[in-house]
Amino acid sequence: MTVTDERTATGATVLPRPTEPIGPRRALHAWTVQESFDLGGAALGGAAIATLLFGRFTSMYGGIGWVVVALLAFFGTYALLVSLHSDRRQVFDRLSTALVITAGVILFGTLAFVVVYTVVRGAPALVHLNFYVQTMRLAGPLDPLTVGGIAHALVGTLIQISIALAITIPLGIATAVFLNEVGGPFARFVRTVSDAMTALPSVVAGLFIFASVIQLFTHERSGFAAALAITVMMLPIVIRSADVVLRLVPNGLREASYAMGSTRWRTVWHVVLPTSRSGLATAVILGAARGLGETSPVLLTSGVTAEMKTNPFSGPMISMPLQVFDLVRSPEPTMIARGFGTAAVLLALVLILFAIARVIGGRGPGELSERQRRRVITRSARALAEIQSLHPADPTTRLEESP
Amino acid sequence: MTTVLSESMLPPEAPARPRTVRARPTGSDRAFHAVARSAGGATVGIMLAVGLFLSIRAKDALSASGTSFLTEQQWSPETGTFGVASVLFGTVTIAVIALAVAFPLALSTALLLSEVATGPVRRLLVSLVDLMAAVPSIIFGLWGVYFLQSAIIPVSRWLSSTFGLIPILAVTDESGASVTDASFFTSSAFIAGIVVGLMVVPTTTSVMREAFSQAPSGEREGAYALGSTRWGMIRAVVLPFGKGGVIGGTMLGLGRALGETIAVYMIISPIFAINWQVLKTGTNSVSALIALRYGEASDFGLSALMAAGLVLFLLTLVINFSASSIVARSRSGAQSEG
Repeated sequence: MTVTDERTATGATVLPRPTEPIGPRRALHAWTVQESFDLGGAALGGAAIATLLFGRFTSMYGGIGWVVVALLAFFGTYALLVSLHSDRRQVFDRLSTALVITAGVILFGTLAFVVVYTVVRGAPALVHLNFYVQTMRLAGPLDPLTVGGIAHALVGTLIQISIALAITIPLGIATAVFLNEVGGPFARFVRTVSDAMTALPSVVAGLFIFASVIQLFTHERSGFAAALAITVMMLPIVIRSADVVLRLVPNGLREASYAMGSTRWRTVWHVVLPTSRSGLATAVILGAARGLGETSPVLLTSGVTAEMKTNPFSGPMISMPLQVFDLVRSPEPTMIARGFGTAAVLLALVLILFAIARVIGGRGPGELSERQRRRVITRSARALAEIQSLHPADPTTRLEESP
Repeated sequence: MTTVLSESMLPPEAPARPRTVRARPTGSDRAFHAVARSAGGATVGIMLAVGLFLSIRAKDALSASGTSFLTEQQWSPETGTFGVASVLFGTVTIAVIALAVAFPLALSTALLLSEVATGPVRRLLVSLVDLMAAVPSIIFGLWGVYFLQSAIIPVSRWLSSTFGLIPILAVTDESGASVTDASFFTSSAFIAGIVVGLMVVPTTTSVMREAFSQAPSGEREGAYALGSTRWGMIRAVVLPFGKGGVIGGTMLGLGRALGETIAVYMIISPIFAINWQVLKTGTNSVSALIALRYGEASDFGLSALMAAGLVLFLLTLVINFSASSIVARSRSGAQSEG
């Protein structure tokens, strides 16, 4: 490059101006042909070795074994190929990268497989519309899939989780607020106890409700008892995650609120809770997803029925996970298909809740969505206009035109 | 002209004592405190009620059986011989197998998420791990019973015939002769352990990933600047910094694995004897015992089940508390050095 400015001679600093255009950006990590050959060759080699061993040279058989042997052979071959042209450190590096990626593939592959397997096995039941609107009252074990459905379990689940949430949300969030905004030795004690309760096995929560509420008071299993069992299980989870969310609220916001002379209550209500709204919603929804899918507490408390029940206080009321459990106990293929279909619907419910949680919970505390920001801007503009109309002469309330 | 400050012109010496600031809570504040405190009190009340109720009801059975509760294998409260030795052994076996599956998988996936994957891929995978944690356990149980059970038998059989000399991998009948019949390999602790292991991977992974991502970038770049490969950097920086997260996450996973009920209940065939052969059919767990026997239990039987539940709860409690204290300690250490 050439520097044309005369002032260079006087010692002033001059930024060099490139005269020719900058070339295309170079990729920092070059993926060489050799690396592709190493990977591809090792993959082919691993698959070939496993195929030879299975059914040809040894008596091993079965899909899972094939995958395990193929992976081991792949890692061996890959290490060998890389070591042909690199030193030991690079062999370890390549091998570790391949290993963690393989672990990810195994884990997410299993997740996808579990989901797809459930849907495929349930598909014969899922394609019939009656599966979603009828109950199992008239459907015996030998009836075809065109009779009977799981509407009663769906309704039961929704009623039970609603009762559980009606107790958990106010109690859980109020407790989390207590832990964060009030504090003191008692709050520390509450935190310790609720942390301890996250270790409570869910079946023990069910056993507690069974032995206390059902045996001492109601003397029959009911949807309400199941909801209480879910509450005992869900409450510590919601408290813990809400506690974490409230801790993320910046202290500057709280102090600003106190500096303007607001009370603690107004600070909590107008600053802390609105700031952490999306996080709290996520905490509640994920807790609900956990409560929805938990089988063991309802197994002990809700009882099994094939009829539509809408009164949670009398008689058994089945829910989705328990319906799955009950259906697959039967040896009949149609009942098992119904069980898988119910599991697929349950999975879909959990997925929907999870997606909602992701959409509203993706933002940190205090970050507003586009719509919320517009609303805040209009509101503050309206407030400013109000102030101006009250004090037309005061120059400090002059509205600045924003560009 | 100079001004001379005479003694009398100085202000009288102020007492060196800070002003006392006393906030007088308003009515709404007092109400807020009362509400928040009573919410905390209600929560503690519920939870202490669970603990106390379990302990009080369990006392009958515990005082009847004494220390044999921990050593007796049979479970028949009606005749007075009952104990958690076999179910506790089964619970721990399944949890240990679950950890053997979950630990390598979770550690590698956590490294994948924090060190290898970047940008939108990482965000997607992190969401998938969270989603996997929300998948109901009964769905894993169904998969374990209807798919894994039959698909894993060749592997179990190969393991037992190849490594049959190792006692825990051998599968023998009553006379001690090794067997290869497929019916000996179903419903084993091995299968239940694999399924439970897959269920605890997400919990463990997310704790480990969080710990790894807190490894300070200065040290990471320092390692790279000294010519380290990525694996060298992980070994020298990420793993030492994330050690607490690795241990804590594993223990949290262990806590969940011990308490898992429905998937285990669906897979195992319950027996009340200590079975060292993990590949062989028949094992048990405390939570499966509760799910199995609560309905037919008399008052005393229920008390015995409560005692078993209490033992399980104490076990998970100890594990969870030590896990969270390990995680918390490692976290504060990372911050002070970062």
